[in-house]
Amino acid sequence: MDILITGIVLGGTYALIAMGLNLQYGVARIMNLANGEMLVAGGFAAFWLYTGAQVSPILAIFLVAPVTFVLNWLIYKIMLRPLVKRAKTRGQLEADSILATFGLAFVLVGLMIWAFGGDYFSYSYLSRPVEIFGSNFGLNRVVAFICAVVICGLLYLWLNHSRAGMAIRAISVSPSSSGLVGIDVPRLSAIAFALGGAVTAMGGALISTFLTLDASTGVLFTMKALIIVIMGGVGDVRGTIIAALILGIGETMVASFIDPGLTLAAAYLLFILILLFRPEGLFGRRLT
Amino acid sequence: MLRRHLLKLSMAVAVAGSFVAGTAFASDPIKVGAVAPKTGPLAGGAAVTHWPNIQLWVREVNDRGGLNVGGEQRMLELIEYDDQTNPQETIKAVQRLATQDNAEIILAPYSTGLNLAAAPIFHRLGYPQITSTTTTDNAADLSSKFDTLFFTLGTNSGITGDAAKVFSDLREQGVIGNKVAMVNVADAFGIELMASAKPAFEEAGFEIVYETSYPLGTQDLSPIMKAAKAANPDAFVAWSYPPDTLGLTEQAMIEDLQVGAFYTAVATAFPLYIGKFGDAAEGVLGIGGVNTESESFKDYAARHKEVTGQDPDYWASGMMYATLQILEQSIETTGTLDRPTLIKHIKETTFDTVMGPMKFDENNSNPSFWTVGQWQGGKFKGVASTGREGVVPVVKKEGWK
Repeated sequence: MDILITGIVLGGTYALIAMGLNLQYGVARIMNLANGEMLVAGGFAAFWLYTGAQVSPILAIFLVAPVTFVLNWLIYKIMLRPLVKRAKTRGQLEADSILATFGLAFVLVGLMIWAFGGDYFSYSYLSRPVEIFGSNFGLNRVVAFICAVVICGLLYLWLNHSRAGMAIRAISVSPSSSGLVGIDVPRLSAIAFALGGAVTAMGGALISTFLTLDASTGVLFTMKALIIVIMGGVGDVRGTIIAALILGIGETMVASFIDPGLTLAAAYLLFILILLFRPEGLFGRRLT
Repeated sequence: MLRRHLLKLSMAVAVAGSFVAGTAFASDPIKVGAVAPKTGPLAGGAAVTHWPNIQLWVREVNDRGGLNVGGEQRMLELIEYDDQTNPQETIKAVQRLATQDNAEIILAPYSTGLNLAAAPIFHRLGYPQITSTTTTDNAADLSSKFDTLFFTLGTNSGITGDAAKVFSDLREQGVIGNKVAMVNVADAFGIELMASAKPAFEEAGFEIVYETSYPLGTQDLSPIMKAAKAANPDAFVAWSYPPDTLGLTEQAMIEDLQVGAFYTAVATAFPLYIGKFGDAAEGVLGIGGVNTESESFKDYAARHKEVTGQDPDYWASGMMYATLQILEQSIETTGTLDRPTLIKHIKETTFDTVMGPMKFDENNSNPSFWTVGQWQGGKFKGVASTGREGVVPVVKKEGWK
């Protein structure tokens, strides 16, 4: 039982890491390899606000989100929009965006080192145990899980029950056809990219309460997010959530029943299996 | 008339100017090359142990007017390179420092892996490589191949052997039983230390009731801590890296792991550790330790804080600074930057450093190093060493408050 809860809580963490990338890749069609760095930046902001001004990370989210929204919007408009305009096929845009965001990742790492130094940063927030069904869990992880549920829930509702959300889902199905029915694709792609970045930074702020980060740890998170997004199917929020939960529960079960040393192997095995039998991901659309 | 005055005046100014210019450009600065991680997986550790010491040393030497090289005062000019925790980049940077930047001093890189990768090129170029963040059991073999390579931080077998000894002492005192849970990070460091520690502990009569390894960067360590707790150990040992050192300690607090001895490896001695855990860190054991009562260390720590804004760590920071002192003393005593002369001097001399007297043995290795430290009263005090003064008794871990 406690394995299930641990797994679900871990899945919530993973969903936070991956949700932003799903928006950026699924809608804006940008394979953002600097995703992990944006997450670490959010974590840095939370650390700085907590240690400097005693602002709780939960409140820090409300400061981090608009700032990173604008930052990502600018990144899209200045750096990525020219790539989108000149890309003749989707494949070309993916390749171009991979290269461009790969470079962006290094730039962001350099900026963070310049601003915060290369040190590890870690703080204790709500690191008290909370008892659920007789077992102890970290309160900070549980709170992060609840926030993840709220964020993902709000995103899901917005995407599926609002006009703008529907437009965004239309773009993720087919940008060219969306343009034909009067959707302002460039503007909404920029908004989707910015929103993805803001969600990632919020996730970073939340996970910084229980993980140790430094300026160079972004790449680990990018890799995890990539697996989850591709496993869950690009473009669908539900896919990311389900894939994150499966990964979280799977890793915890392997760690508890088999060997903690095999968690990475199990994660990649799951990835391979799902891709073998369903290449478009759990909730993805098969490309014609 | 006016022109003659003007001519005389301008000549006087020119002559006076040449005197001033002469004293200002008295000697060329000594170029000091430093290559270590500023990005990549080991950047966090280097930012605590390596770079601040270099910053402190260069500042202090230059404030004194520079190094006295055979009567000539020469200032230090620091050239830094980021090797991105990539051994190829370390080697390239050392090459560049020697051939393009004409560095007369090249400081040893950071960490065992990067130092061993750079050993051949240091040897080929003839620069002394006085390491402070390298632990190895192969000093004899390595120094016979590379006589430019020096070790100060000690051996893996010393670290694990003394850990087993400290735990045995605790068992004699009745503080712990003989059941130990031991885990390690699945990285070269963790694997090697686990391979060395397991036989050492078993020989000391301990029973390993739970053991596992986990990948570097594991986000959730709670299954490991839950399983370790379920095995009912009397003591817990983790051969861990900074993220998991902090993660495992946090998990131990959440699970309220009641053991008489709790040991985590890298980063236990970092200021970050006590900064995060505060009073709960009391009694935690780790690699390293210092004689916190030593005047020279206290003075060094105060200067470190003043110049760099951060506290030194309680394991390799002091050693790193000591290696810089060894370099400085060698240059000023021999009066030259000639590398073979310096290497000969380093091999033969006992140096006076912030960590106490330091003398290299026939394997270019410092035989007296700190092995186990414990947080007592907010300070990470050395509780075991292979010959350093100031060892204090070890105490029981009393819960997680």
